[in-house]
Amino acid sequence: MLNNETIKQRLVEKFGDQLTNFAEPYGMLTFEAPKDMNLKVMQFLYDDPELKFRFLTDLQAVHYPHEKERELAVVYHLHNLEDNVRIRFKVFTGITKPDVYTATKIFEAANWMERETYDFYGVNFVGHPNLKRILNVDEMDYFPMRKEYPLEEQTRVDKDDEMFGR
Amino acid sequence: MSRPVRYNLSGENNLKLVKEGPEGLGGEGYFATKLDQVVGLARKNSIWPLPFATSCCGIEFMATMGSHYDLARFGSERVGFSPRQCDLLMVMGTIAKKMGPVVKQVYLQMAEPRWVLAMGACACSGGIFDSYSVLQGIDQIIPVDVYIPGCPPRPEAVIDGIIKIQDLIGNESLRRRNSDRYQDLMESYGIQ
Repeated sequence: MLNNETIKQRLVEKFGDQLTNFAEPYGMLTFEAPKDMNLKVMQFLYDDPELKFRFLTDLQAVHYPHEKERELAVVYHLHNLEDNVRIRFKVFTGITKPDVYTATKIFEAANWMERETYDFYGVNFVGHPNLKRILNVDEMDYFPMRKEYPLEEQTRVDKDDEMFGR
Repeated sequence: MSRPVRYNLSGENNLKLVKEGPEGLGGEGYFATKLDQVVGLARKNSIWPLPFATSCCGIEFMATMGSHYDLARFGSERVGFSPRQCDLLMVMGTIAKKMGPVVKQVYLQMAEPRWVLAMGACACSGGIFDSYSVLQGIDQIIPVDVYIPGCPPRPEAVIDGIIKIQDLIGNESLRRRNSDRYQDLMESYGIQ
């Protein structure tokens, strides 16, 4: 039976100390990879006859505004359907040049997820076949889920500060 | 205990169940009045609503159409789903910015004379969704005749809104839609 210990061991055998920050929050193995190795790690997890992580459950980004040069984290959730084991790994990128290699060559399902991540966080997935907005209006010229904005809609003009006690 | 709302009629004494017809001159076998008023009378009692329901307000509207509240009593038996046949666009629920062009398209497809009713806090003002993705009131893209407040409004409030629309329709001048003021209003929304 595949367990976290085995997965970690296989990964360390293959990639050495390039993978960092191993943790098991709520029993789910989590680690961090350098951003230009995300595809290598994913391909290894996919191909390895023992690990067989062949299902991409989810993919999203997180914005950490205070961590310089690693503001954006892209998080991959992978699932081994045969043994029913899930893992999660993250790559970090700077926000000024948020380029991350696309996972669409390995998982077709990554297509829309990466478009969503681009839509809300502006992560530029290098090599994506159709990287454009998916949920928001096309005219939008900012990435709304980044922690850069006041909570209130700034474009509205009908809310008078006086009337709302601000 | 009765609720303190204006559609609670318990305090009114001279409540008329049957409304009177328009002013005019009548006698044995004839009745003369203004064309405006006859047309208004006909229009207001045969509104075809087009429901544009996107969320919980739509559910309240379904209750309004049901047997208990029964909007059909007010001449709106037939709910149409083709904008070309309908007179009254009822926008009920949150309109996301991405939905905005769709609402406008539906409005443009309706033939004059047309009326718009915004139901609920979201359609009126964006409601609780003070957010980057939600249109802060449909009156930013199309002109609205009647706003129904509430989150969501009760069916009584919807009926009240329909009555308000009926008053507007019944009293509307036949020339209104050709007036400069109306043209200016349309132009302010970028509608030719």
